[in-house]
This record gives sequence, C-alpha cells and structure tokens, in this order.
Amino acid sequence: MNHKLSKKDNFYGHLFVAPQIIGLVLFVLIPLFFALYLCFCDWNLFGAPKWVGFKNFRLVFGFDGDIFSKTIRNTAVLMLGIVPLTMICSLALALLANRKLKFLDFYKGALFMPMVTSSVAIAMVWYWLFAPDLGLINFMLGNLGLPELGWLTDPKWSKLAVIIMTVWQKTGYYFIIFLAGLKGVSRVYYEAAELDGASSLQRFVHITLPQISPVTFFVFVMLVIDVFNLFGEAYVLTRGGPVYSTYTLMMYIYNEGMHYFNLGKASVASIVLILLAGSISALQFSLSRKWVHYET
Amino acid sequence: MLFPFFWMVKTALMPNKVTLNYPPKLLELPIVIDNFVKVLRSEGMTRSIFNSFFIAVVSTAGVLFFCSIAAYAFSKIRFRHSGFLFGAIFATMLIPSQILLIPMYVIFAKIHWVDTFLPLIVPQILINGYGVFLLRQFMVGIPDSYIEAAKLDGLGHFGIYARIMLPLCKPPIITLGVFTFIGNWNNFFGALIYLDSEKNFTLPLVMNVFRTQYTVEWGTMMAGATLTVLPLIVIYLFAQKSFIEGIAMTGVKG
Repeated sequence: MNHKLSKKDNFYGHLFVAPQIIGLVLFVLIPLFFALYLCFCDWNLFGAPKWVGFKNFRLVFGFDGDIFSKTIRNTAVLMLGIVPLTMICSLALALLANRKLKFLDFYKGALFMPMVTSSVAIAMVWYWLFAPDLGLINFMLGNLGLPELGWLTDPKWSKLAVIIMTVWQKTGYYFIIFLAGLKGVSRVYYEAAELDGASSLQRFVHITLPQISPVTFFVFVMLVIDVFNLFGEAYVLTRGGPVYSTYTLMMYIYNEGMHYFNLGKASVASIVLILLAGSISALQFSLSRKWVHYET
Repeated sequence: MLFPFFWMVKTALMPNKVTLNYPPKLLELPIVIDNFVKVLRSEGMTRSIFNSFFIAVVSTAGVLFFCSIAAYAFSKIRFRHSGFLFGAIFATMLIPSQILLIPMYVIFAKIHWVDTFLPLIVPQILINGYGVFLLRQFMVGIPDSYIEAAKLDGLGHFGIYARIMLPLCKPPIITLGVFTFIGNWNNFFGALIYLDSEKNFTLPLVMNVFRTQYTVEWGTMMAGATLTVLPLIVIYLFAQKSFIEGIAMTGVKG
C-alpha cells in the first residue's frame, strides 16, 4: 500500500460525504448560532430582530415566572414518577424473561410494541381508557369499591395519568436493554455463589445489581432525557391541562414559539431546557463513580 | 402490555352506541367494521395516509442513500480531513434538537418551506449522525480485500459502493430503514410545527384533530388509532428480530 493520497480517492471521498457536510452547516451550525443570537432579541418573525439584551431572560424567570416555574415543577414531578417506575418495571420483566422461558421472542415483541407505535395513537387509546364515566380504568376502580377518579379533569390526578401512560410506553424499550445486560453477566459468578449457599435475593443484590450497573446507569440517563423531551403523548392526552397541571417544558417552547411567536422567549426556554438536562446528566455521571462498576 | 392494543381493536369493532353501554364487557358482539369505513371516508383521510406514506418513503430512501454513501467514504476511502469531518458529523448527535427548533423554523419560514413536506424530509437526509455512524461501524468490518479485488476488476468507487458494499450491508440497512420509516410515520411534533393547511396534514395530525372531533364516538376514534398503528405492526413483525437486536447492541454500547 502506498501512503500517498490518490487524487481520485480524495475527490470521491469528498464527493460522497459532501451532502452530510452541507447539511451540517445548513441545519446544525447556522441554526445553533442563530438560536444563541435570538435569546437576546425581540422578534416575531416579521421585520428585523431587535436587540434587547437580557429582557427575555427576565421575562421567562420574572413576570412570566408563573407558568414557566410551573412547567419546571411539573417536569420534576413527572420525572420522579416516570424514571423509577420505568426502571423497576423494565428490570423486573427482564429478570423474569432471563430465565429459560418459552415464547421469549413473543414477549420481547409484545413488550416492544408500544415503542414503535405512534405517540398520537397511544395517547388516544389511553384517553379512552382514562375516560371519566365509561373508561375501563374507572370501571375497574369502581368494581374494587374505590372512588372513580377524574384522571384527565382533576389537576390532582392528571400527572398520574401521564405517568402511567409513559411508563407503559417506555418499559418495553428498556426491558430489551436490561435483558441484553443480564445476558452479559457471566454464569461463573452465579455458580460460585450457589456453592457458597447464597440465596437468590443475595445473588441479586451482590452479583446481578453490580454486574449490570453500567446498563442501569445508561437507562437512568436516557430516561431523564426522555422526560425532558416529553411532548407528543402528553400533549394529545391532556393538552397540558387541566390548569397547566401537565404542561411540560416542550409545550412551553412550542406555544411561545409557534403560537405567540415570541421567538426570543422560546429560545431562552430551549436553552434552559438544555442546561437543565445537561447539568442533571453531568450530575448523574459524576455520582455514577460511586455505584457503577466497570469490568477492568 | 398488549392489553391497551386489544382494547383499542375491540372498541374499534363495536358500534359507537354499544361503546356507551355500562358495564363494559371483555368481548362484545356483533363485530362491525362501520367505524373503519367511516374513518376511511372521512374528510381528508385518504389524503393524509398518502401524505404520511410519501414522507416516510422518500425520507427513508434518502436517508439510506446519503448515509450509506457517506459511510462508505468514511470507512473505505482515504481522503483529506476524513477523521475531522467524521468527528464533526458524529458530534451532531450530541446537540439537543430542541435548541435548533426555533432557528430552523425561522430559516424554513424565510425560504418558504413552511407548509411543505421539505422541512420534514430534507434535514434528516442531509445530516444524520446516527445513520452515518451505524453504517460506518458495520462497513469498517468488511475486509479491504473485497475492495481491492473489485478495483482490479475495473470498478470505480460508485461501482464498488453499489455492487459490493450495499449487498454486504443488508442487516444494518434494514435496521436503519425500519427505524427511519417508523420515526417518520409517527412524526407528530415536526408535522404539527411545519404543516398548516389541511391538504398537507399527515396521519398523526388528522388523528390529533380526531381526538377532539369525535369526543364520545369511541369506536370511530379507536378505528382511527388502529389504522395509524397497523402499517407499523406489519413492518415491525417482518423486521422484528434484526430490529430488536440492533437496538440492544447500539443501546448498550452507545
């Protein structure tokens, strides 16, 4: 092999990657700088952007603080519900499926199905299940002698409705990831523990959990990002209501930007979203050294 | 996990009046297909199915072509700055899409692409870090001797790409293709932002209107939802195995 670049190779190489480079400049780099600039501007798409310094930041955190801080609180509550519940459900199912199981492929396929289904269809089905009078969930609550709940009409319960739907939707995907992780744990550890007479609970706590901790960490980080991006399903199910009780950050950005055309404010909110998501991820990474074990 | 799907199909096959009966029963006779007929005949329905299908097919074809040809260059051709350029494309995966939302909208509004399909198709084709990365990783593993042999046979780079690389890369191409098709078919947020006039509506947008329009016509609503999901389930059943394995691999290693 000669190490001189052939002219022909150089030409075709650049030709083949050129479309991606054009896209990189047009659809990533230019918008990125534009977004930062817009944060400091007053603009409704018409006329020229007006430089206003930090006004948008004051608007988002000050006057408008009411709804915006509410979206942050909503996101926090949804996160506290969705992240642990999804992790528990998907890990539990993966543990069940990791034994020698008949029809495993069928279960995998079934669990994964919500993931490939359109978010709008999912929200419509849950809208029906949560319906006040005829909905199946309230019917079952009634049969158990419990009071019917205003899942989509009562701000106290609407978040729970979103949480249930989202956990149902996300569990299958993370189940596949956990299952792949469990398959990777060497049998040798379990055999040694069995010789030592460890109970199945002990084996789970001392072998399985530490061994799959990198996978658990991956799931944890991804789920947090999922919640920050929550939009379609929740929007179709509740429209952010009642009384903004399920209004998420993405809905705020969507409404400010695309309905009221407060492009500066929407840009600031998107930056806040990214900074929040980024700092939580960073926190997760720095704390991970305490509990994630990597094979060396 | 499958129960909501079952409930959806069951409700879709019930006359609207029967869905209002109390208590709800697990199985309900007679089974009718009126709801499906009604959905398919409703204003703009066939058009939106066509629109969704068109966007998904064109996007998938475009993504597969432009990603695979770039991946071929990055894995098998030596050219200047290739490492740097690949790094730059890879890094776009780390940039959250939300930050680009507003400026992209502004740019598309200025070049009059709003209310056309172009904003929903073009960006993912021209910059797709995930697709390029996925295919490149696979192509790196294909022995260089194949390419040397093809060169001796007089094939140029286009020939090697089309006749040698593509046939060898079927598995990751199927994964990326299924992924792209499903993602585009389901794309609600993008369509909500960019499509204004009803003749351009995609299926998720029409369903979103349905959800408000047919508030108590549960059978009709569920028939709509079933129709939205149906093509995905068919594709998914065909590609299930390679698809799930692809996810488990990229998910854990990514």
